Amino acid sequence: MKTFVYVDHFKGEIQPASWEAIGLGKTLGSVSAVVFGSGVDAIVKAAFEYGADEVFVADDSALEDFRPEPYASTFSALASSQSPDLILFPITARTRELAAMSAVDLNTGVLTDIAALEVVDGALVATRPIYEGKVMEKTVCSGKPVMASIRPRFFPKPPRDESKSGTATKVEVKSDALTRIEGYSASEAAVNLGDAGVIVSGGRGVSNNPSLNPPAGLDEKQAEIWRAQQGFALIGELAGVLGGAVGASRAAVDGGYIPYSHQVGQTGKVVTPDLYIACGISGAIQHLVGMRNAKVIVAINKDPDAPIFTQARYGVVGDLFKIVPALTAEFKKKLGK
Amino acid sequence: MEVPLKIIACIKQVPDSEAKVKAENGQVTWGEAPLVINPFDEYAVEGALLTKEANSGTVTALCIGPESAKDALKHALAMGADEAVLVSDPALNEIDSVGAARVLAAAIKKIGGADMIVFGRQTLDNGSGLTTAQVARVLGLPLLGLAGQIKVQDGNVTIDRVTEEGRQTVTAKMPVVLSVVQSIGEPRYPSFMGIRKASKANIPVWTLGDLGMDAPATVVRRTELMNPPVNETKVEMIAGETPEAIAEALVQKIIAEKVL
Ligand SMILES: Cc1cc2nc3c(=O)[nH]c(=O)nc-3n(C[C@H](O)[C@H](O)[C@H](O)COP(=O)(O)OP(=O)(O)OC[C@H]3O[C@@H](n4cnc5c(N)ncnc54)[C@H](O)[C@@H]3O)c2cc1C
Ligand SMILES: Nc1ncnc2c1ncn2[C@@H]1O[C@H](COP(=O)(O)O)[C@@H](O)[C@H]1O
Repeated sequence: MKTFVYVDHFKGEIQPASWEAIGLGKTLGSVSAVVFGSGVDAIVKAAFEYGADEVFVADDSALEDFRPEPYASTFSALASSQSPDLILFPITARTRELAAMSAVDLNTGVLTDIAALEVVDGALVATRPIYEGKVMEKTVCSGKPVMASIRPRFFPKPPRDESKSGTATKVEVKSDALTRIEGYSASEAAVNLGDAGVIVSGGRGVSNNPSLNPPAGLDEKQAEIWRAQQGFALIGELAGVLGGAVGASRAAVDGGYIPYSHQVGQTGKVVTPDLYIACGISGAIQHLVGMRNAKVIVAINKDPDAPIFTQARYGVVGDLFKIVPALTAEFKKKLGK
Repeated sequence: MEVPLKIIACIKQVPDSEAKVKAENGQVTWGEAPLVINPFDEYAVEGALLTKEANSGTVTALCIGPESAKDALKHALAMGADEAVLVSDPALNEIDSVGAARVLAAAIKKIGGADMIVFGRQTLDNGSGLTTAQVARVLGLPLLGLAGQIKVQDGNVTIDRVTEEGRQTVTAKMPVVLSVVQSIGEPRYPSFMGIRKASKANIPVWTLGDLGMDAPATVVRRTELMNPPVNETKVEMIAGETPEAIAEALVQKIIAEKVL
């Protein structure tokens, strides 16, 4: 089988699931990586090192930032001329748009957010969660190529072999952009919840420490946010010791405690870390659908009846302002940091 | 002089997110739980209404679905949409997202086009946020994806595109296709007057014949439906005299799980 893997990046920052897609493609046959952007030599090099047999590259100022039309047109033209059997994408905001548009151009379809891919009687069958993960479906695509986007951390990442290299094949660039990017401001902190192995999340409970005295002159809402920020600082320290990311419930985001990019759940990110520590989160269904497939869930909540405990492997009934710092100190000790 | 904007909001009807959805005999069931407007599409309607209010114009809600989906359209009307159209045809029961995009594109043309066509981020049932970009591609219109803010000026639409990496300011000339995300603001509740107006609304229903098209071929199809493996982990509560004692016991357990 001939597989194309689109290597997604944002300003050179590569989505690790791109390498997981290369690993998946290699289990099925040969892999050609596809790299678009401007000044992407380092990404091409990495694609060879992660096992691509071949790399197609479109390196052009017209592709500097992702914009759907020129990326899709360039990609569709390449796919038409090379006729791969399968195209894999790591699922991101960009690849959703790219894959969707190319599927229209190529008269095929996309199997999205897949968690498994198998060959049954010569046909590719994908497994994906639907209805917020309450049910799973197996799905097939009768068009050619089959296009599929993979969820991060569901397929093993191949080892990187720095001795591998190759010469990339240049691809003709289409510059039919219909949109213009006029500005960019980075997230306050780099949040990559999808790829995180450990996530420590805070909810509304993070603002609930009456013993903290906010600086004078704050009104009630400002004092609440100030308290929450002290709470999230503790959560950030625990995440830091564990090399993890900080997540949040929607109540924490809506309360102005932390930016939306940290939100886990139905209207935020769906995450599958190995360890998820929920602090001061009640466990509403809309939050649970975003994290219940984590391998080990730990819940810290002062209410013994909080629904989060029904999903957790370990639970602590207690005040997060006491438990979280104690955990940080203990992990520091045990992990030798 | 502001030219009134023609806005179309595409919405779908889905089972409520509190519903206990299950696979039973190869079918998806959700018991007695109500069907509602897809929660992400409420943000689309909110974005459409905010844009209409900041400028002037009309909002038409558009849905492909069974007759019952009129209720979702009525929700949009009650929020403040001016008109609604349902596309309903038994031949559409198994459409995939490219198929839905082709049908929506045909319906948008029959409505008479629009300056702005807004979508939600994705559907809660089996969606994956593909349809929006596919409608843009079928119509050959610019795509402004993941808008957390929408501004219209001199025939251009400028959005704040909200992604994990941050916010980008992106502009395109109308007509445009856009998807709206939560940062747009909480969807308004239907007003009493709105609900009254919606309950009396006469919603036209178009078939594929009315759109002058055949059912699009289904390329992506389901072959099997399964319930996820039941979560059999039972919670183990960790207690102790002091936070330090609890932490010691818990850290030991977590390290033994070999997840670090
Ligand atoms: C359409 C829709 C989409 C939604 N999408 C999402 C989503 O994506 N993500 C999401 O998270 N929610 C989402 N929600 C909201 C969801 O329903 C809940 O309202 C939200 O998850 C509650 O957040 P919380 O658990 O932080 O707050 P609460 O429910 O208020 O819980 C706070 C918890 O903190 C505990 N607590 C308080 N103080 C302390 C302390 N000092 N120490 C320890 N524990 C303490 C309390 O016992 C309580 O259990 C959505 C809702 C709707 C309707
Ligand atoms: N049946 C439908 N009728 C109208 N709009 C739809 C329909 N399905 C999807 N959409 C729109 O397309 C968006 C993306 O849907 P999806 O690709 O299914 O995740 C939704 O948020 C809606 O705005």
